[in-house]
Amino acid sequence: MTMLLRELAGLFVDDGALALAIIAIVALAGIVAMLIPDVPLAAGAILLFGCLGVLLSNVARTGQR
Amino acid sequence: MTGSLALIWPVVTAAFLASLVEAVEALTIVLAVATVRGLRPAGLGAIAGLGALALIVVALGPLLDRVPLHLLQLVIGVLLLLFGMRWLRKAILRSAGVIPLHDEATAFAAETAELREQARRNEARLDWIGGVTTFKAVLLEGLEVVFIVIALGSGRGMLVPASVGAVAACLLVAAVGLIVHRPLARVPENTLKFAVGIILSAFGVFWTGEGLGVSWPGADLAIVGFAAMFLAVSGVAVVLARRPKAEVLS
Repeated sequence: MTMLLRELAGLFVDDGALALAIIAIVALAGIVAMLIPDVPLAAGAILLFGCLGVLLSNVARTGQR
Repeated sequence: MTGSLALIWPVVTAAFLASLVEAVEALTIVLAVATVRGLRPAGLGAIAGLGALALIVVALGPLLDRVPLHLLQLVIGVLLLLFGMRWLRKAILRSAGVIPLHDEATAFAAETAELREQARRNEARLDWIGGVTTFKAVLLEGLEVVFIVIALGSGRGMLVPASVGAVAACLLVAAVGLIVHRPLARVPENTLKFAVGIILSAFGVFWTGEGLGVSWPGADLAIVGFAAMFLAVSGVAVVLARRPKAEVLS
C-alpha cells in the first residue's frame, strides 16, 4: 500500500523544487484573485507567466548542474 | 459552443497520445513477464490489474458529480500542472541531452533480467511474482490513463471524448503488442511526452485559472494560446539546457 501511494505521488512530483514552485505560483495567483477580484486577469497572468518562468528556470538550472 | 467544440480534438488527441505512452510502458513489462514466465501469469496479472482499475473507476467515478465545479477545476488544474510540467521538464531535459532518452528495449531487457534473477533465487514463487509485476504495471499505468481522462474531460463534460481517445490508444497498443510480441521501441516516446506535456500544462493553467475565477480571453480557445506559449518556452529551455553528449547524466 505504501509502495502504491509512493508511486501515485511520483506521478505528480518528480523534482521537488519544481512541484513546490508550481504550488507557490498557484497560491500567489489565488491570493491575488482574492485581493483584487475586479481584475481576475491579474491572477491569470501570474499563473500563466509564473508557470512558464518556473519551467524555464528549473530546466536551465538542471542543465547547468 | 464553438469554444467547447474547439476543445474536443485537443482533448481526444491529448488523451490518445498520453495513453499511448502509458500503454507502451505497461506492454513492455507484460511482454517481459510473458517472455520469462509465459503468457499465463502475465495475462492473469494484466487482467487482474484491469479489473482493479475498473473497480476504482466504478467506485470513485460517481463522486466527481458531487464536487463543486470550481473546486474540481482548481484541484484538477493543479494536478494537471504538476503532472504535465513534470512530463514537459523531463522531455525538455531528454531533448537537450541532459538525461538519456527512455528506451523500451532497454527497459524490457532490465525487466527480464530482474525476473530471471528472481527466478534463480526463488523458482517456486515466480509465477506469482510475474503476475504481481504485470498487475502492478497495468494498475499504475492505468491509473495514469484514468487521471489523464478525468483531468482532460471533467472540466467541460468531455469525459466521453477523452475516454474514446484513451481506449483507442490502449486497444491499438494491445493489438500491435499481440501481433509483434516485442516492446514497441520505435514509438517516439520523448516526442509524444513533449507534445502531451505541453497540452496538459496548457489545460492545467486553464483549469486552475477557471477554478480561481479567471475569465480567460477567448474562453476555451485560450488553451491553444497557452499551448503555443509553452511550446515556445520549451524550445528556449531545450537550447538553454543543452549540453554535449559526453556529459549526459545517467
